[in-house]
Amino acid sequence: MKINIPTPLRAFTDKQATVEVNGATVQAGLDALVAAHPELKNHLFTSDGKLRSFVNVYLNDDDVRYLPAAEASAVSADDELTIIPSIAGGTGLSASRALCCR
Amino acid sequence: MPTMPDLKEVALPELSNDEISRYSRHLILPEVGFEGQQKLKAAKVLCVGTGGLGAPLAYYLAAAGIGTLGLVDFDVVDASNLQRQIIHSTSTVGQLKVDSAEKKLKDLNPYMNVVKHNVMLRSDNALEIFKDYDIIADGTDNFQTRYLVNDACVLLNKPNAYGSIFRFEGQASVFATEEGPCYRCLYPEPPPPGLVPSCAEGGVLGILPGLVGVIQATEVIKLILGIGEPLVGRLLLVDSLAMSFRTLKLRKNPKCPMCGTHEIKELIDYDQFCGIAPPTTTGPLEVAQHAAVGDVPVQDGIPQITVEELKAKRDRNDDFVLLDVREPHEYRIANLGAPLYPLGEIGSKLAELAQYKDKEVLVHCRSGARSQKAALELKAAGFSNVKNVAGGILAWAEKIDPTMPKY
Repeated sequence: MKINIPTPLRAFTDKQATVEVNGATVQAGLDALVAAHPELKNHLFTSDGKLRSFVNVYLNDDDVRYLPAAEASAVSADDELTIIPSIAGGTGLSASRALCCR
Repeated sequence: MPTMPDLKEVALPELSNDEISRYSRHLILPEVGFEGQQKLKAAKVLCVGTGGLGAPLAYYLAAAGIGTLGLVDFDVVDASNLQRQIIHSTSTVGQLKVDSAEKKLKDLNPYMNVVKHNVMLRSDNALEIFKDYDIIADGTDNFQTRYLVNDACVLLNKPNAYGSIFRFEGQASVFATEEGPCYRCLYPEPPPPGLVPSCAEGGVLGILPGLVGVIQATEVIKLILGIGEPLVGRLLLVDSLAMSFRTLKLRKNPKCPMCGTHEIKELIDYDQFCGIAPPTTTGPLEVAQHAAVGDVPVQDGIPQITVEELKAKRDRNDDFVLLDVREPHEYRIANLGAPLYPLGEIGSKLAELAQYKDKEVLVHCRSGARSQKAALELKAAGFSNVKNVAGGILAWAEKIDPTMPKY
């Protein structure tokens, strides 16, 4: 399946906007993603392996959290996962300034 | 379809002949028409922030004939704003953003009221400011204010035309309508500060906030007129490089502590919620940032050295090593001739750096934040004498070498 990587996380996927992975479920796909790009792991999952609450994963157009089987939902090769990050920017540089450069 | 909240059943304001001429292209559009234009005139919209998103948003709303436009901003116009904040001007650099914005808005449309709120939006003033408006448009630039705006909108039952941007990518939605989800339904918690992209990955394509801000303005107009399908329960993702627009379904979370269970009944401490130090209230971030940095002699065990001290050490030919931990594209803009070790690569270059372990190592970046992180990393790796250049190359350009560009 194809996983769409948002800009803020592309720093951890060698700048790739999409990553192709194999997996029978959403969870398996995400596991394959972080196996291929280990630096992503800390950004997507908590230390006990749960998807971080500020990261949203969509299977096609649906929020995985609201699917009946959630992360265990079955996926086919044609499905797309999209990671939606929290972004707060409104003006560009001052966004990062307000968050990290004070 | 959500209808306009609280547009009182009172008589709509009349339009003068000049206004009729001005809004002619709206008036001949049946979906707006005379009554629609009157609704726009009766509407009160608050723009939170007059930056990248707020600038095009407020500008188009003013052009469209919104009767009362509130502006919240405590910042002053900086030359670096003008790459995207089209509501400000070269001639207003240094002025308060609310004053600068008012000039341009009034010049565009004298038939509207501009209400200026030259304050930092906080938990103790947000409800008071918001209560007089029908719709809030969130064009802020940090997570604390995002949650604050959301919560205030839910508490006051006012829709929030939301937009946010990062580099080449944007998001837009309409939150906090009665039937729709709120920002917390999408993002129950903010990312911890450590996981937020650093300024090395900052920056924004100047046009992008124009795209997203105008989408917010469109949603505001639709809500007022009660036409079309507003972005309620949908998140629009804009990718300006791929030039793709996607909408995803958003659900109202029945367990949302804000709009679901309503267990949050008042505004909270959003700095604490987002895990960051409270922002300054004294003025623009940039000024506060410079003032604050040099004041602390030692931060988290890392001595802070001023650019004046760095200059003196260079002049005396002291025995020390200066490292630059910015990115290569920043080095091209301005540099102090120091070897470049981008913050993200320090971990993998420790062997190369090991020769400096017992030397005095000074680390600098753009403003002093990344170099502080780098200094901590080096100290943890056993470097015995690491110092951070407070204020970074910006402070150097400010105080030592005025010919150096600031970025």
